[in-house]
Amino acid sequence: MKHTIKELEDIASQIRRDIVRMVHGCQSGHPGASLGCADFFTALYFEVLNHKTDFTMEGVGEDLFFLSNGHISPVWYSTLAHAGYFDKSELATFRKLDSRLQGHPTTHEHLPGIRIASGSLGQGLSVAIGAALAKKLNGDQSHIFALLGDGELQEGQNWEAAMFAPFNKVDHLIASVDYNGQQIDGPTSKVLALDDLQAKFEAFGWHVINTDGNDMQAIVEGLHYAKTLTGKGKPILNLMSTQMGAGVDYMVGSHKWHGTAPNDEQLASALAQLPETLGDY
Amino acid sequence: MKKYTYTEKKDTRSGFGAGLHEAGKKNENVVALCADLVGSLKMDAFIKDFPERFTQVGIAEANMIGIAAGMTINGKIPFTGTFANFSTGRVYDQIRQSVAYSNKNVKICASHAGLTLGEDGATHQILEDIGLMKMLPGMVVINPCDYNQTKAATMAIAEYEGPVYLRFGRPVIPVFTDPDQKFEIGKAWMVNEGTDVTIIATGHMVWKAIEAGEQLAELGIDAEIINIHTIKPLDDEAILKSVKKTGCVVTCEEHNKFGGLGESVARLLTTELPTPQEFVATNDTFGESGTPDQLMSKYGLDAVNIVEAVKKVIGRKKA
Repeated sequence: MKHTIKELEDIASQIRRDIVRMVHGCQSGHPGASLGCADFFTALYFEVLNHKTDFTMEGVGEDLFFLSNGHISPVWYSTLAHAGYFDKSELATFRKLDSRLQGHPTTHEHLPGIRIASGSLGQGLSVAIGAALAKKLNGDQSHIFALLGDGELQEGQNWEAAMFAPFNKVDHLIASVDYNGQQIDGPTSKVLALDDLQAKFEAFGWHVINTDGNDMQAIVEGLHYAKTLTGKGKPILNLMSTQMGAGVDYMVGSHKWHGTAPNDEQLASALAQLPETLGDY
Repeated sequence: MKKYTYTEKKDTRSGFGAGLHEAGKKNENVVALCADLVGSLKMDAFIKDFPERFTQVGIAEANMIGIAAGMTINGKIPFTGTFANFSTGRVYDQIRQSVAYSNKNVKICASHAGLTLGEDGATHQILEDIGLMKMLPGMVVINPCDYNQTKAATMAIAEYEGPVYLRFGRPVIPVFTDPDQKFEIGKAWMVNEGTDVTIIATGHMVWKAIEAGEQLAELGIDAEIINIHTIKPLDDEAILKSVKKTGCVVTCEEHNKFGGLGESVARLLTTELPTPQEFVATNDTFGESGTPDQLMSKYGLDAVNIVEAVKKVIGRKKA
């Protein structure tokens, strides 16, 4: 371990503060799943990922991460800033004119850490597979990580990719699903039920593991364990249960905070629940 | 009229297959992907020599585009292959976000474009693909005219950094361009110098334009014929230079008149040099089943249609 669990939790707390402040600052964006994934991003970038903050597009010899559900950009931007990809002061520009921190992540403004645009859903798993195939061709044994939203799995391209990866033994790929059970129009169970995702992915030939995405110890151990499963002929799917809005009591578990910004009063309430640990931007 | 002859007829898709094989020999980063149409795309030679650099994705074009985009991140130069319809309309958003907006070095190679796909009919005959692709910021759009030019274009785009849409077709047509030509992206090819009208043609329509030029010569009309193989970026300079001389223009393409080469030329001329223009193109319609020749005739894409358009546009020239 590079950090203690307490240290990682402190980082996640700061990232959560940044998320609500960023979304409040431009009165737009997606706080719910950003908060829900703060522990995952912290574990990934501060503990699991073999990466360099001196960013190159190619990332030779590095683990690469792809975010498919691009709307949770606030959590990624804050994580990248605190990991050292760019100065955290830039977080104040989120979603504002002439910013590198676009509403959805993009390579277009050359923000370090981003390797593909995402936002239009369902495309990230295919891209991650492509990156994994290219690494294999190059003899680079690094890992490819991807994060997908659960609602996003309603997009058909995911299932094209889900069928492709096991058949082609893309086995340095660890895809996590942010399984918070919520999407814009309501619970996924009401909109278009995902049902037994474990059985579905296993039927396609994936090695599926389950983690609690809001328990730092569990997610760190889960991702490390996932790494030990790679190179054995199967892609890995981390079915990660999270709570939308985790860390901010009035947002927890509700799809209403998928894409809504807090007002001044709500911001104050959220920040009171989230200790400032690394210094606000 | 400069005389063009040919000794054989070949399909442009075979030019693509040959070019891909050559590009693969020259650069080990060239990789190919196909969505269950290896034979149609003539990828066999590449696959035989570089099996580890070929990815069969199955009938899953969206996944193919995404995988190709991902492969560029580690320095690969992916060539995706399927029919033009499934290379564009089916995967427009994947191309838009993962390739064009992300500025990935993907070569989208599209066979069976246009009516000349033939008997399969309108579900497969896309006539809108040039428009779809040219509207994407940063996308290069190329539609070569014969086997040799397609082979040269395929090799050239491997050396170009950025997203490219390469459009070619199914039928065998005359091979009349130089087998050793150097293909310059964005550079028009002067097929025949003339003074009375500028005929601008792309793809399969270039040979038809040559046939039309011969017929026009017999009528005493001296046609300048320009091959625009690169629809985007357009060779503005070559077009303006020609039109200044001739004063009228006919554009020829196996594509809908909405969104195609003709509209690109019209946009240029209307801002720089307003000029009478006629369009030889399909007229906002879907195709249908039939032989390629029957279809080209029925939908007004034959040499005779170019001749008629030239007569009309010359009549519209200011006295």
